[in-house]
Amino acid sequence: MAKRSAPEVNAGSMADIAFLLLIFFLVTTTIETDTGLNRKLPPIDDEQTEPPIIKEKNIFTVFINGKNQLLVEDEVMELKDLRKAAMEFLDNGGGTGDDACSYCHGKKDPSSSDNPDKAIISLKNERETTYSTYISVQNELVAAYNILRDRRAEELYGMTLTQMEKDSDDVNYRGNKEKLKEKIERIKIEYPQKLSEVVQ
Amino acid sequence: MGKFNKKKSGNLPAINTASLPDIVFMLLFFFMVATVMRQNTLKIQNVLPSADQVEKLDKKDLIMYIYVGQPQERFQSQYGKESRIQLNDKFADVGDIKAFIAAERASKREELRDYLTTALKVDKDANMGIVGDIKKELRKENALKINYTTRKGDISENKK
Repeated sequence: MAKRSAPEVNAGSMADIAFLLLIFFLVTTTIETDTGLNRKLPPIDDEQTEPPIIKEKNIFTVFINGKNQLLVEDEVMELKDLRKAAMEFLDNGGGTGDDACSYCHGKKDPSSSDNPDKAIISLKNERETTYSTYISVQNELVAAYNILRDRRAEELYGMTLTQMEKDSDDVNYRGNKEKLKEKIERIKIEYPQKLSEVVQ
Repeated sequence: MGKFNKKKSGNLPAINTASLPDIVFMLLFFFMVATVMRQNTLKIQNVLPSADQVEKLDKKDLIMYIYVGQPQERFQSQYGKESRIQLNDKFADVGDIKAFIAAERASKREELRDYLTTALKVDKDANMGIVGDIKKELRKENALKINYTTRKGDISENKK
């Protein structure tokens, strides 16, 4: 039997076809940004419930004026110092008795917050505030929470919260996911994100 | 003489282009995978601010996009230079958000409606007034999960 090879297909135009498709996708591609800061808005409650009484020292006021200047606790502050100031406030742990905070590293200044659970950051802005400044401030405040949470997770479980959350989303994670979720919950209870925004 | 010409013409040998399709295909696949078809044509400027504490948005189909920014130049004669809201393909007012959310909710399966997130894609030069109005409207509609869409980067980039 003579071996008869099949005639070769001419693939010379393959490159052209591929190029055509390539150019189409090049033109239509927009690599969409799908990252951002997640926030939850407070629901509107119709019944005028009495607002809980919060001590002045447990509130950390941040105000951005129309010229994008920052007023923190009634003092002018640069954006770069905000993260540190927020961390010091949240981690102060100045409470005594029931309000004492066993895991805080702060200065325990009695004139600052009692414990992270009571500490509230109140953010206020004007209509003229630029969005980018607002996002910068939000970012710094979220960063303060994230750093404290990461540090606490490191102390308790030897890894950062970021890593723990990554593991809990990972389908190939081998450890006990239920336990991991409990651990994450615990950190989030110890350092709850209490960021309230003033509505004009 | 023709016989000899053939041999003597010292042309460079043609470059072998057999692997060209492979290279092009490789690029093609990259772009095919990376492509997200834009759902909305933007009529506004939309340079997002940067932040570094970002979380990733998953479940792309459960996101409602609200765009805010200054109208692009070709629309400025009609709509002015003030920041405007864009919903789907049209300019909109704050009052239109209500209908927009209702429509988005209706288009999703019932058990998924609670997971809808509103992504606010706001230009970094917009002012907070319009964002505040949107937030107020979202609260009225009980669409409380929001996401300030940002690029990943240092916040110092926001100052420019």
